Amino acid sequence: MPKDVAIIGVGQSAFSRKYSGSVREMVFEAFAEAVRDAGITPKDIDASLVCSAPEYDKQRSPAGLIAEYLGLNPQPTFVLENICASGTSGVRVAYSLIKAGLHDIVAVIGFQKMSEISSAESQERMGRGADIMWEAPFGTMMPAYYAMHAQVHFARYNTTEEDLALIRVKASKYGAINDRAVFRKELTVEQCLSAGVVSSPLKVYDCCANADGASCLILANAARAKEASSQPVWILGLGAASATMNLTGRQFLDGLQVTRLAARQAYRMAGLSPRDVDVAEVHDCFTIAELMAYEDLGFAEPGRGKELIREGQTYIGGKIPVNVDGGLLSKGHPIGATGGSQVRTIVLQLRGEAGPMQVPGAEVGLVQNIGGVGIYSNVIILGR
Amino acid sequence: MGFEKFGRKSYTAQTKVAEFVDRLAQGEICATRCRSCGRIYFPPRADCSFCLGDAMEWVKIPETGKLASFTRVYYAPAGFEADVPYTLALVNFGDVKVFGRLSSAVEESTIKIGMDLKPIVLEMPDGQITYEFIPVEECGR
Repeated sequence: MPKDVAIIGVGQSAFSRKYSGSVREMVFEAFAEAVRDAGITPKDIDASLVCSAPEYDKQRSPAGLIAEYLGLNPQPTFVLENICASGTSGVRVAYSLIKAGLHDIVAVIGFQKMSEISSAESQERMGRGADIMWEAPFGTMMPAYYAMHAQVHFARYNTTEEDLALIRVKASKYGAINDRAVFRKELTVEQCLSAGVVSSPLKVYDCCANADGASCLILANAARAKEASSQPVWILGLGAASATMNLTGRQFLDGLQVTRLAARQAYRMAGLSPRDVDVAEVHDCFTIAELMAYEDLGFAEPGRGKELIREGQTYIGGKIPVNVDGGLLSKGHPIGATGGSQVRTIVLQLRGEAGPMQVPGAEVGLVQNIGGVGIYSNVIILGR
Repeated sequence: MGFEKFGRKSYTAQTKVAEFVDRLAQGEICATRCRSCGRIYFPPRADCSFCLGDAMEWVKIPETGKLASFTRVYYAPAGFEADVPYTLALVNFGDVKVFGRLSSAVEESTIKIGMDLKPIVLEMPDGQITYEFIPVEECGR
């Protein structure tokens, strides 16, 4: 189990419907928190990776601007984009920069200010995160693609709309106690089931909330990590994979092959198995995505993910607590900030600093972050 | 005819496979087949990623396929508002799968994964051209 690269600082702005400042100011909130948390100064940071989906940004080439505002010149900086998986792709690249010996300390900064465009425009842009020649001309969008996965899961495994509602109810319970979440209301199964249909069978509360937000992670090599931090959280395993963008190239729709492949790599690198994981953050952009993640990550056999949520096993106190910070569903999903926020949650869990969301005694945590509809997947395993 | 004619709203004007649209206008829905290695592609491609060949020929997709998945869309992205609700579908034709829309005339409660579907060409009033799937039983035309 490698202990070469650690996360020594984490930060996140509050996720909100509409941030009342500029992108640079929003990013600064997350950055300042992470740098203070790491006990370093901006000049200790050797390079920065800025993770963002540029179709939402008015600023072109935001890395230059962000590095300037954060005081990170003249160190190298660049943008990294994998749509919703940008943040964890940033972690993968930062890990390799550090392992290669090019840099000692790297900042992974993620942001998105979704409120600068309307929801319909946002869906249209997300829809263009699929094949623009052969899919988008039919009027595609993210909820529709995940709905098509849900239809297959329902037909093959008798999963139900109630199962999906149970996942949202869990997310809302933890979103209500997370002061960084955008959606703070608790929901009932009845409320979830009676909400309007977006793309059958997914209804309003099966979909995550767009949000404005920023996240920041500070990664360091072993020597600098031990020097700067009393509680470094180590990157034990990394996995990443891609799949055809067009759904016509997928072998199955009742799970995501990219996650299965990325998880296998990450478990192998860490020398761990699914039952070693004490707490997980999975990419619940839609309720069905969390259900598929239970199975793709090996927490449940294929088709049996519904039993985990029906039995409450993914709550704190259950076999494998998942998204106990509210997840994308309630915490919110500012595209480029999401991966960093997921990692931050796990780091706080492993340091015992997750407050009311703490999973007692958590030693190993897992993050699964998806880009597009299963186009990209990153799985990261973290440990104390 | 350029590829901007394809679908409700096309995001691509120029492509080496723009002939797809001309063939659509003739009532044919085609895939491409690599002349070197024989692989069949839908969506149609100008280049073969297996043998790196770029000599392709057009081949009609089979007459009928089976519904692999679907969803009825009630909230449209910008530019598609006038169409809601509409049904997106993925249909398996054996060698190829095809993504598109299932006819809006088909009631959602009657849609079943695995049902037999047939693609038809659809010309829209504004001159755009596309295809959609209809149940095989209804293919009277």
